[in-house]
Amino acid sequence: MNPMLNLWLIPILPLAGAAINGFLGKKSSRTAVTTVALFFSGAAFAMALWVALRFSSLALPYHEYLAHWIRSGSFSVDFEFYLDQLSLVMLLVVTGVGFLIHIYSVGYIWDDPSYYRFFTYLNLFMFFMLTLILAGNYLMLFIGWEGVGLASYLLIGFWFTKDSAASAGKKAFIVNRIGDFGFLIALFLLIKHFGSLNYDRVFQSVLPMGAETAGAGLLTAIGILLMVGASGKSAQIPLYIWLPDAMEGPTPVSALIHAATMVTAGVYMVARSHVIFERAPMALSVVAIIGTLTAFFAATIGIAQTDIKKVLAYSTVSQLGYMFMACGVGAFSAGIFHLMTHAFFKGLLFLAAGSVIHAVGGEQDMRKMGGLRTKIPWTFWTMTAGTLAISGIPGLAGFFSKDEILWRAYQASWAYWLVGLVTAFITSFYMFRLWFMTFFGEYRGETDAAHGHDPHGTSDAHGAHGHGGVHESPMVMVVPLVILAVLSVIGGYVGVPGSLGGNNHFDKFLGPVFHVGAPAGQEAALGEKNAPEQETEGLEPKTGASTELMFTGMSVLAALLGFGLAWQLYYRNPQLPEKIAASMQGAYQAIVHKYYVDEFYGALIVKPLIEGSTKILWQGVDRNIIDAAVNEAGDGARHVSDEARHMQSGNLRSYAGWIAAGAAVVIAFMIWKWTAVR
Amino acid sequence: MVSLSYYLLLSGFLFACGVVGFLIKRNIITIFMSIELMLNGVNLSFVAFAAHWHVLAGQIFVFFVMVVAAAEAAVGLAIIIAVYRTRETLNVDQVNLLKL
Repeated sequence: MNPMLNLWLIPILPLAGAAINGFLGKKSSRTAVTTVALFFSGAAFAMALWVALRFSSLALPYHEYLAHWIRSGSFSVDFEFYLDQLSLVMLLVVTGVGFLIHIYSVGYIWDDPSYYRFFTYLNLFMFFMLTLILAGNYLMLFIGWEGVGLASYLLIGFWFTKDSAASAGKKAFIVNRIGDFGFLIALFLLIKHFGSLNYDRVFQSVLPMGAETAGAGLLTAIGILLMVGASGKSAQIPLYIWLPDAMEGPTPVSALIHAATMVTAGVYMVARSHVIFERAPMALSVVAIIGTLTAFFAATIGIAQTDIKKVLAYSTVSQLGYMFMACGVGAFSAGIFHLMTHAFFKGLLFLAAGSVIHAVGGEQDMRKMGGLRTKIPWTFWTMTAGTLAISGIPGLAGFFSKDEILWRAYQASWAYWLVGLVTAFITSFYMFRLWFMTFFGEYRGETDAAHGHDPHGTSDAHGAHGHGGVHESPMVMVVPLVILAVLSVIGGYVGVPGSLGGNNHFDKFLGPVFHVGAPAGQEAALGEKNAPEQETEGLEPKTGASTELMFTGMSVLAALLGFGLAWQLYYRNPQLPEKIAASMQGAYQAIVHKYYVDEFYGALIVKPLIEGSTKILWQGVDRNIIDAAVNEAGDGARHVSDEARHMQSGNLRSYAGWIAAGAAVVIAFMIWKWTAVR
Repeated sequence: MVSLSYYLLLSGFLFACGVVGFLIKRNIITIFMSIELMLNGVNLSFVAFAAHWHVLAGQIFVFFVMVVAAAEAAVGLAIIIAVYRTRETLNVDQVNLLKL
């Protein structure tokens, strides 16, 4: 029997913080708000650590039942919590990175007049995210899922007086609704066919079912619908468009929500539902293809962005694509591994970018930075660690996880691997481009005197603070950077693959979650799935450690090539990129305008919706039918009354006369009737 | 023994007087008295039938009518006084403020 862990406390703690700050924060001092926010998010982290320490003594998965929620016939949903290796990894990542970002935010947002509001939302986010992770059934996961969407909306629109921020928040929320629609239908299908949303019960019902190799069936439908939900939350094609706009939010928010935690919820959900996906090869292929395409597509957009945060945003979309690619080829633990390392290095990169923006007084355009290496050394060195990690330079966190994904992808199909490898090269290129543009060369921003002036009227609250000069961020921001940098460097060593002399602890740790319940003959099923893509079957997917090493070498080569190209273009010959852009005007413009996807959606969906709503629904149905019916009814009643009121003369005796006459008529009628009966 | 029809004729006559008075008079008090006359015409027919059929119900009903009439008289007279105080007339044709 398991000891009682009181898991419910973990999400409730940040909620308490949000409540206290939300109700009392306005009148409290900044110190008090800081204390509350940090205490409760830190307490959640501490509790997660405590759970991790006791983890080895638990019988897994650990269940915790809190209360009834819904009871209807044989269907029931409870408030229940669920802990296994997968939840634990997510729990530690979310509370750990979340706590660090809370600390960082203290320095970043200190000058904002809505200081308390920021931390209220941040704590609220933590509550929903932890609910999502620890949920024991799909409906609780859905609460968390929607809740983080709400928190994301509130935080993207944190500076809601700025029009672009307000509409970015709305865009994120609405695009996510589309994904949630698919997710909800998947839940309805689960209820209809399995009568439950509880993880254990659903998976128990699914386990005996065979893989749907012959054609699309129930599980395929559920899997694809879940993936629709995941592609909304985790910014995959076709619903990724909200994430780059979400950069309107404060930078710590981008780090916490739009890089490290919330956007990985989709990956977590897919991994959590692996029992379903493993039995639906077609759904898995959809996941893999969407992931691969997104990884490549977003990376190419990242090349030409000039806003430092936008580069990171597209990079996030691309890295999430890798995670889905991993899940899609059945390498769930590799996906979660990359999720974890990504949380470290992308959280770090965003926070460091925030620190850069802070240093140059609110400027986000990389063309106006440069030469910051010596001016903000802490930020420079931590960002270097993050850049090396994401680019897949050997020895750092991103290298191990990305390599693992590419290797597993190759085992499924060489096409995934090839696209992944090219993407790795592009990733390395745009990250080093960012790095060179920001930290090397000459400072291209305005002179120090103009510091604090905010040319776009955009970006961060710091625009206006008083001290002059490019300056390093305060310690409260630097310390989280350093911790995350250390994690970005060493975080990969928990999962060193066998071919590199490690024993892949991470994969083994998650093994009990993912290796249980693969359907019989799944290998055959996967082989069959890939059959159409295996023209080059001669390569023989199952190969030994030396082949794996060779592939590792190629990944490293791709990363170094990316570095070399960026070095050539943005360090040695900084005028070259413009020439290249000029010579390839068409392609360049397409990339700068993000392949016109926003415009395409605008023309295909948004504009017809607005036009249809205006012309048909508003002016047609609402005005001409509904309003008209009400108005006509009113007018008609008035006209009739206008005529009828003449009966009301106000002459009492005439009323009495009518009454008498009426009575006489009634009596006459009755007498006539009576005599007629006789 | 006077036959039932005479009672009913008298009752009908009283009621008709009340109706006519109600219709032609303009003074509120007179109208009010006409109403009482109608009520008593009906009362008469009630007791006549009660005696004829040897049923007590009709007589008891008359008590109810009288009680209602008394209450009505109290309320009605109060209204008449209030109307006279504000309008300084008892002519119903001039008490028609609610008319459009």
